[in-house]
Amino acid sequence: MQDLVVTAVFVGYAVAVLLVFGTVLTWVERKQAAIMSDRIGANRAYVRIPFTQVKLIWLGLFHGLADGIKMMLKEDFRPNSYDRFAYALAPWVVFTPVLLVFAVIPFGGMLVPSTLFASIPSVAAWFGDRMYPMQIARVDAGLLVVFAFGGLTIIGTMLAGWSSANKFSLLGALRAGSQMISYELIMGLTVLGLIVIYGTVDLNAIARAQSGVLLGFLPAWGVFVQPFAAILFLTAAIAENKRIPFDLPEAESELIAGYYTEYSAMKMGLFMFAEFIEIAIIGALFATLFLGGYNLPFMTDAGFVLPGGREFAVPHGAIVVTQLAVFLAKVMLVSSFQILVRWSLPRFRWDQLLRFAWKFMFPLALANLLVTAVVVWTLQR
Amino acid sequence: MKPYARKQYWNEPTMSWWERAYLFEIVRGLAITGGVFMRNMGRWITFRKGALTTYYPEETRADYARHNRGKHILTQRPDGRPQCIACNLCATVCPARVIEIEAAFDPDDALHPKYPVRFEIDYSRCIFCGLCVEACPEDAIRMVPDAPGLPDAERDHMWWSRDELLHWNPQRDAAKHSPSAPTVAAARSPGAP
Repeated sequence: MQDLVVTAVFVGYAVAVLLVFGTVLTWVERKQAAIMSDRIGANRAYVRIPFTQVKLIWLGLFHGLADGIKMMLKEDFRPNSYDRFAYALAPWVVFTPVLLVFAVIPFGGMLVPSTLFASIPSVAAWFGDRMYPMQIARVDAGLLVVFAFGGLTIIGTMLAGWSSANKFSLLGALRAGSQMISYELIMGLTVLGLIVIYGTVDLNAIARAQSGVLLGFLPAWGVFVQPFAAILFLTAAIAENKRIPFDLPEAESELIAGYYTEYSAMKMGLFMFAEFIEIAIIGALFATLFLGGYNLPFMTDAGFVLPGGREFAVPHGAIVVTQLAVFLAKVMLVSSFQILVRWSLPRFRWDQLLRFAWKFMFPLALANLLVTAVVVWTLQR
Repeated sequence: MKPYARKQYWNEPTMSWWERAYLFEIVRGLAITGGVFMRNMGRWITFRKGALTTYYPEETRADYARHNRGKHILTQRPDGRPQCIACNLCATVCPARVIEIEAAFDPDDALHPKYPVRFEIDYSRCIFCGLCVEACPEDAIRMVPDAPGLPDAERDHMWWSRDELLHWNPQRDAAKHSPSAPTVAAARSPGAP
């Protein structure tokens, strides 16, 4: 029963975080792009308080709301010659795995309810000495689950392109298929280095392993252990998400909207929403694997251990809140960096894209893995 | 069949190894855009303006170019009456047919007995070509670096009447001395002074 309550709270938190990130990132994308290019950005949508002339604009935050309402109310146009079942299924096949990936990502350290509710004895007694890592699904195969769900979205894009009986969609789906398979391989190879070092695929264990210190002063984050892998992983993840500069499957100037050309209204909205949530998911994955997860530098579940050897104990409630906030901040930072990339770089040509994957990133990832394996083997002997 | 060879152009761009390595130039580009972002964000959060654009209907630019032809004005005689003699040349030449003039007879003014009682421009259709200014034999209509109060939700509100066109800021027109007092009270003030 206690487990059920805690898991329900975790699931609610995760879903709320993802949906809020999905909507807020549309606003962040608009505003950041505007500020990067000396513009103001969308700021006309407002909510008027009824019976008054007070218009709430809030820096254009309500444009996301307006978008959502527009998507809901638009005609759900369907082309005549299409595979009905696959056409209706495809957006969900893209959207659902993206949400599910978050289940294995730890968004906080160990939660001890009896310590947290120490002031309320009945609640503390009810929980007893149970401890919960802040993660929905505590599976040992965390990273493998991430890649399994990542592979599912390919099926969704292929389904969408195939079932809408449109040449643009089909071309987009073909591009999406080859691109995502290529870059998923590279994502896996870059992460292999981390697995070799930490000796586990459990994301919570990986995050905990990064709370130590490296060479006496550096936080033992994945970026400092595997700098090349971090760059390659982020590049491959952006390609996996099909955003500029890797947005060939949905290149507007060539393929209209690529594999979702024939989708309209909320079905199309689901594709867009999945893309924005995946930005946050990539941010969460990158933060967990390379940026020390939910911990500040030199921070553990008990408190701070500074490089000099001094230790500060911090109360459990403060630790939990800090870990949640730090994780969200890291996700936001990585998401913002992805948006910076999206508004800075031009799109690849198709042959350049695949050559970049197979002739540049693939050998680099292999070399990185090789060097990592040799170093780890030497250190362990 | 020969394999496809891309045509070599005379101005083929040559890249140094630095540029061909790609990653460094990517980092440089990201640094530039990120720097612009940080600069503008720093301005916004210190309550300054970090953008080059203006909130148009609320805010008009003060630095229109001198040769900007954004809005029509009707010039005035020293006594404040319009210089226009209602000859309809501008209305005739107008390619968008947005000028409507209604002439009237003024027996008191022996020199200029014909004058416009109505002189209206429909800014919802005006293409700002300036042909009316060229056609005018009396230098009665000019275009100034200003903006008409567009946009508007109603098409009917985008008509500008004779009084509004007369009520421009005479200080801006260096060629003519300003009248002592405008005789025609304006319904609303056209744009920024």
